Amino acid sequence: MTDPDPESALDARPGLQKRTVYEMGTAPVSAEVGAAVFDVEHVDVRYGGNLAVRDISLRIPKGEITALIGPSGCGKSTLLRCLNRMNDLIDGASVEGSIFYHGENIYAPEVDPAEVRRRIGMVFQKPNPFAISIYDNVAFGPRLHGLKKGLDDRVEKALRQAALWDEVKDKLNDSGLALSGGQQQRLCIARAVALEPDVILMDEPASALDPISTLAIEDLMRQLRGHFSIVIVTHNMQQAARVSDRTAFFTVDMQKGIRVGELVEYDRTETIFTNAGDERTEAYITGRFG
Amino acid sequence: MSLGTEQRPFDPTDLRATGSARWADPLFRTISFAAGISVLLVLGLMIGSTTLDALPVFQYQGLVSFFTTSEWNAGSSRNELTGTYGAFAFIYGTLISSLIAIMIALPLSIAVSLYINRIAPKRFRTTLAYTVELLAAVPSVVYGLWGLLSFTPAVLLPVSRFLSGYLGDVPVIGRIFEGPVPNTNYFIAGNVLAIMILPIITAIAREVMAQTPADQIDAAYGMGATDWEVMRKVILRRSFPGIVGASMLGLGRALGETIAVAMLIGGQQRWGISIFFAGQSMAGHIASTFQDAAPETVNALIAVGVGLFVITVIVNMLARVLVWRIGRVAGDAAL
Amino acid sequence: MSATLSPEREHLSLRTIDPYTRRRKQRSRFVRGLLLAAMVVAVIPLFLILIEVVRRGWPAMGWEFLTQVQPSGRTPGGGYVHGIIGTFYMVGFATLISVPVGILAAIYLVEYGRGPLTGIIRFFTDVMTGVPSVFVGLFIYALLVRQIGFGAFVGGLGLSVMMLPIIVRSSEEMLRLVPEDQRAASAGLGARKWQTIMKVVLPTAAPGLTTGAMLAVARAAGETAVLLLTALGSLQVVNQFQGQPIASITLLVYRGARQPFAEGQQRAWAGALFLMVMVLLLTLSARYISSRSRR
Repeated sequence: MTDPDPESALDARPGLQKRTVYEMGTAPVSAEVGAAVFDVEHVDVRYGGNLAVRDISLRIPKGEITALIGPSGCGKSTLLRCLNRMNDLIDGASVEGSIFYHGENIYAPEVDPAEVRRRIGMVFQKPNPFAISIYDNVAFGPRLHGLKKGLDDRVEKALRQAALWDEVKDKLNDSGLALSGGQQQRLCIARAVALEPDVILMDEPASALDPISTLAIEDLMRQLRGHFSIVIVTHNMQQAARVSDRTAFFTVDMQKGIRVGELVEYDRTETIFTNAGDERTEAYITGRFG
Repeated sequence: MSLGTEQRPFDPTDLRATGSARWADPLFRTISFAAGISVLLVLGLMIGSTTLDALPVFQYQGLVSFFTTSEWNAGSSRNELTGTYGAFAFIYGTLISSLIAIMIALPLSIAVSLYINRIAPKRFRTTLAYTVELLAAVPSVVYGLWGLLSFTPAVLLPVSRFLSGYLGDVPVIGRIFEGPVPNTNYFIAGNVLAIMILPIITAIAREVMAQTPADQIDAAYGMGATDWEVMRKVILRRSFPGIVGASMLGLGRALGETIAVAMLIGGQQRWGISIFFAGQSMAGHIASTFQDAAPETVNALIAVGVGLFVITVIVNMLARVLVWRIGRVAGDAAL
Repeated sequence: MSATLSPEREHLSLRTIDPYTRRRKQRSRFVRGLLLAAMVVAVIPLFLILIEVVRRGWPAMGWEFLTQVQPSGRTPGGGYVHGIIGTFYMVGFATLISVPVGILAAIYLVEYGRGPLTGIIRFFTDVMTGVPSVFVGLFIYALLVRQIGFGAFVGGLGLSVMMLPIIVRSSEEMLRLVPEDQRAASAGLGARKWQTIMKVVLPTAAPGLTTGAMLAVARAAGETAVLLLTALGSLQVVNQFQGQPIASITLLVYRGARQPFAEGQQRAWAGALFLMVMVLLLTLSARYISSRSRR
C-alpha cells in the first residue's frame, strides 16, 4: 500500500491541470475530471479523537453523479457529511485536510457553515419532511434566506423538478407527513432543490423506500443530472451502477483492531464495475466480500 | 442406587395449588389493589370533607358573592355564621402573583432549556440541568426567609422602587406601577415564586425539546439555517404544546404555593391594581389567619381552600393532558 | 424534463455574504448570547440562597442549637431541638405509612393493573402531586384535628398525604424499568406472582425505589403549610404521639423569620441551614444512588 505523498501541501489550491490526486487505481481518474466541484485533499475525520476516515483525496466533477460505495463503516457517509459541513453538528467530530469547493476551502476559518449548506443541499437517509404543509416544507429554505419574491413559482418549479407536482398540486396545504414514503423523499428533494443549490448530497436516499419508490428516485436523479452536481452514498451497488457516472469505492481497514475507512479506488462507474483495478473492489462488487 | 425420591404414578391433582399457595397470590393482589385505591380514596375524602365544611359558608355568603366581593370580616362565633366572607381580594392576589411569576419564569425557562439542549457543551449539560433542578429541592420556608430578609432588601426593593419611579407616572399603565412600594407586595411574591417554579417548567420544557427528532434538526441545518432559526422554526414549533403544559404545571404550583407567598405578599385583606400593592393570596390568607380564627371563620377559610383547590386542579389537569403525550416526566423537579 | 446543462452559474465566493444573511447570523449570535445570559441568571438564585443561608446561619449553628430549646423573646442562644425532634418524629411516621402504601400502589399499577381503573389512578395521582399543601392541611384539620386535636399523629398523616403521590409515581417508573424477561425467568422457575414481585422485581428496583422515597422524605422535611394546620407548633420538646401541638424546624423558621429581633432571625437562619443540609443531602444522595444503579 502506497501512501500519498506526505509532502503535498494541504493548502495548495488545485488548478485544473492534470494531476494524480490518488494513486491507488489503475487509471488515475482525476486526469479526466475537467471542471471539479469538489477537490477533497487528504481528509482525515475523527470522532472524539478516534480516526474514522483516513487520508481521502478525490475530485468530484461538476454536473455529474458521483456514487460513494462500500461496506458499512467504511466512512462513505462520514465523507459525504464533510462536504457540506454537517459533521460540525456532531460533538467531538473534527476534520483535517481540505475540501475545496470551486477552489475555495470550505473548512477555512472565515467560512460560515450555514452559507456552505445553503449552496450544497442535502437529502437524508430517512425522509424527514417537517410536520407542516407541503407548500411550507418546500418554501422553508427560501423563506429562511429571505427569498420571498415569487415564492409560489419557486415552490412549483422545485416540486416539478422533483417530479412531485402532478401528485400534490391539489393538496399543497396538506401536511407533508400525509404523503407516502417515496413521495416524502421526493418532497425532501424538492425542499433541497428549492434553494437552487449547486450540489445535492444524497445519503442513501432510497434505503428506507420500497423498490418502486426507489426506481422513481433513481429516475429523478437522472433527470436532475446536469442541473446539479450530485453526490450519492449508497450501499446498493446496482443503484450506483444504474445512476452514477463515477464511483468511489471505500473499504474498512481493520489494522490494529481499529476500524478506519479508506478510499480504495475511484474511477468511471463502468470501469469500476467491469474492470476494477483493485482486487478488493472486485471482491466487493462480485459479492465475495462486504 | 436410590436418589431418595420415590417414583409414584402421576396424579392429576398434583398440579393444583395447595396450602398457602392457594391464597397467597390473591391476597397479595388484594392488598396492592387496596393501596392503589387508597390514592383515590384520599383524594375523594379530601374533596368530600372540605366541601362539607365549606358548603354552609357558600350558602350563607352566596357563591357568587363569596368569589366576587372583597369584604372579609371574620366572625367570632362557635356555631353560627356571623361575619362577611368575600374572598375576591385573595383570589386576585393569588392570580396576580402567579401571573407575575409565570411572566418571568416562562421566558427564562425556555431560554435555559434551549441553552442546555442546544448550546451548552455536551459534558456540562447534565450538571447544568441538575443545578437548575436543585432549586426545586429548596424548602418553601427557606425561600420565604431568604426572600424576606435577604433578596428583597438587596435586590427586589431597589428594582421595585426604580420601576415605580420610572413607570408610575406614565399615563394608563402607570397605575400598574404606582407607588408607594411597601416591603412586601405582589411583585416581590411573584418574583420569588418565579424562582420556585423555574425548575419545574425547565425540567419539562427541556424534556419536550430533547424529543425533537434529530433528522428534522439536520434537515433545517442542511438548508443553511442558523442556530436560532433551528430553535425557532423546528424545536420551539414542535415543542409548543409541551411548553404550554409545562407552564400550566408551573402556574399550578405558583397558585398553590403557601408559605413563601404568605411571608412576602403583604398581608392586607384588600386588593389593589398596582403590582406593588401589599395584598394577600388565598393560600397565604389561610396560613396567616388560621391560628387566630374562630370556628366559623375556619369554615370560611376551608371554603377559600376549596376555591383554591378547584382552580389548581383544573390548571393541573389541563397541564397533564397537554404533557401527557410526551409521556411522564421523570425529573425530580416535576414531582 | 430535458437533460441539458443549466447555464453556467458563476461561483460566488462563500465569503461574500449578502446583508440579509449577515443580519440572520448576527441575530443568531445575539440570541446565543441572550440564552447564555439567561442560564447565568437562572443559576444565580441557588448560589445566593446557599451563600446567604450558610453566612447567616453558621454563627448560630452549633451544639447549643442542636440540643436546646428556643428561649423567649430576644434572648440570644438556645436552639431548635424541639423542632428537630418534631420534624424527625413526624417525617418518620409519615414515611412509615406512605412508603409501603405507595410502593404497593405502584405494584398494583405495574403488575396487576389493566383497564380504565389504572389510568384513573395514574391520572389522579398526577393531579394529587399538584394539590396545594395548605389544602392538605385544611383537609386533615376538617377531618381529624377538630375531633382529636393537634399533634404529631395528624401532622405525620398530613405529611404522608403529601408524600404518597410522589412515591407512587416514582416507584411506578422504577418498577417499569425492571425488564420483562426477569419476570418471565422467575415465573419459568415456578415462582408465583407474589414471589416474583417480592424476590425479583422489588430487589431489582430497590435503588430506584429508595431514590423516590428519599425525594419524598426531603419534600416532607421541608413542608410547612400542612404542619401549620395540623402540628401547630410548640415551644417545648413534645414526645406525645397525639393530642399536644408539636414543633417542626420549618414552623420555627417560619415564625422566627417574622420576629422583630435579630436573635430570633438568626436562629431562623440556622434552622434554614439545618434544613438545607438535610434536604440537599437527601436529594444529592438520592441522585447518586439512582445514577450508580443505572450504570
